[in-house]
Amino acid sequence: MPSFEVSLLLRGPSHELLLSGFVLSLELAGLVLVFALPLAVIVALLRLAQNAPARWAGFAFVEGIRNVPLLAHMLFWYFGAPELLPQALKQRLYAGHVEEVSAVIALTLYTAAFMAEDVRSGIRAVPVVQTEAARALGLGFFATMRLVVLPQAFRVTVPPLISQTLNLWKNTSVATVIGVAEMMYQAAKVESATFRSAEAFAFATIAYLAVSLAVTGLATWYQRRLAAAAGVA
Amino acid sequence: MIELVQTYWVYFLIGQYPNGPLGGLALTLVLASMGVALAFPVGLALGIARLSTRRAIRWPVTALVFVVRGTPLLMTVFWAYFFLPSVTGHRTDQFSTMLIALVVFDGVYIAEIVRAGILGVGRGQMEGALSLGLTNFQSLRLVILPQALRHMLPSLVNQFVSTIKETSLGYIIGLSEVASIATQINTQVFTRPAEVYAILGLSYFLLCFGLSQFAFRLEARRAGR
Repeated sequence: MPSFEVSLLLRGPSHELLLSGFVLSLELAGLVLVFALPLAVIVALLRLAQNAPARWAGFAFVEGIRNVPLLAHMLFWYFGAPELLPQALKQRLYAGHVEEVSAVIALTLYTAAFMAEDVRSGIRAVPVVQTEAARALGLGFFATMRLVVLPQAFRVTVPPLISQTLNLWKNTSVATVIGVAEMMYQAAKVESATFRSAEAFAFATIAYLAVSLAVTGLATWYQRRLAAAAGVA
Repeated sequence: MIELVQTYWVYFLIGQYPNGPLGGLALTLVLASMGVALAFPVGLALGIARLSTRRAIRWPVTALVFVVRGTPLLMTVFWAYFFLPSVTGHRTDQFSTMLIALVVFDGVYIAEIVRAGILGVGRGQMEGALSLGLTNFQSLRLVILPQALRHMLPSLVNQFVSTIKETSLGYIIGLSEVASIATQINTQVFTRPAEVYAILGLSYFLLCFGLSQFAFRLEARRAGR
C-alpha cells in the first residue's frame, strides 16, 4: 500500500478540486436553508389550519416527500421534471446549471418537509391560552401567529432545526448522482484521476466532520443559553 | 402510464431474475431487511459499549459514532468500496459493499436508539438487579434489555423505513436496486422520464408510508397501555 500523501491535499490540482467541492457543498447547504425555512413555516401553518383541505395539503406534502428517498427526488427533478416544461423554458434551463437547480429544488422540498414537522411541534408546544388571549385582544390569525405564537415557538424549535440543518449538510452529498460538482463528486474525481483513494476520502471525511461538529457545537451552545435564560426567568 | 407499468412491472419488481441476478424492488427489500437484521446486533453491542464504565471501550466506540454520524452515508459507502478489497484481497461485489456500509451506518444509529432505550429504563432497575446478586451482564440481559427493547420497537421500525430509503444510494455504486432499474427502464423508454420516476417515487412512498404508519400504531398502542 502506498504511503499517505498529505501534500496532495494541501496544494496542487487535487487540492483545488477538493476545495472547490467543499465550497460548493457549503453554498448548496446555505442556499437550501434559506429557501427551506420559510417553506417549512408555511407547511407547518397549513398542517395546523382550521380549514380541512389546507390541513390535508400540508399532510400530503410532508408524508409524500419524507417517504421517498432523496435520491429518487434528485432523479425526478433532474431527469423527469424538465421534460414537462415548455420548449423555450427548457432550453434556457439546459443552457444554465440545470443539475444545480434540480439539486436545490430536491433538497429544498426534502429539507422543508422534515423542518415543517419540527416547526409544527414547536407551535403546538405553545399553550393554547396564548392564542386564545391574542384572539381575545382582537388580533387576527396571522397577527396572532406572527406576534404571539411564532416568537415563542421559535425558541423550542431551534434545536431540532439545527439537527435538520446537520442532515441537510450531509444530504448535499446525494447531489453527486446528478453530477453536481460538490464535495463527494470531487473526492470521487480525484480518486479516479490519481488513485489516491485514502487521501481523497480522508479530505472529504474531515471536511464533512468539521462542519458537522461545528453545527453540533452551535446546538449545544444554544441549548446551554436557553437553559441559562430559563434559569433567570 | 398504465402501458408503462404493464410492460415493465416484472423488471421493476425483480430485475433480470431468474435469468440474471435479483434486482429491482425485491433487491431493495432484501438489502434493507438484511441490513437491519445484521445492524441490530452490531447496534446493541455498540450501544452497550457506549455506556460502558471502562474508558478503553467507551471512547473508541464514541469516536466511531461521532465520525459515522457526522458524515454522509455516501462517505461510509465510499470507504467500504475502497477498504473491503484491500481487507479481503479480492474485489467485493456491489451488494456486499452496500450491505456492509449499511450495517456500519445503521449499527451506529441503532446504537443511539439502544443507548436511549437503556437510559430510559431508570437507574433503580440496575441497582435493584445488582443488589439481588446478579452480575453486570445478567442484570443487562435479564432486567434492563427486556424493558429497553420494548421501548425501542417503534424506533426500530422507523429505522427500517430509513434503511429502505438508504438502499437507494446503491445506485451510485451500480447496484441494480429499484432506483437503478428505474433508470434503466427510463433509458429504454426514453421519452417519458417524468412518469418513470414518478412511479419510482410512488413505489417508495407506498412501502415507507405503510411501514411508518405501522410504527405509529405500535407507538400509540404502547402509549395507550
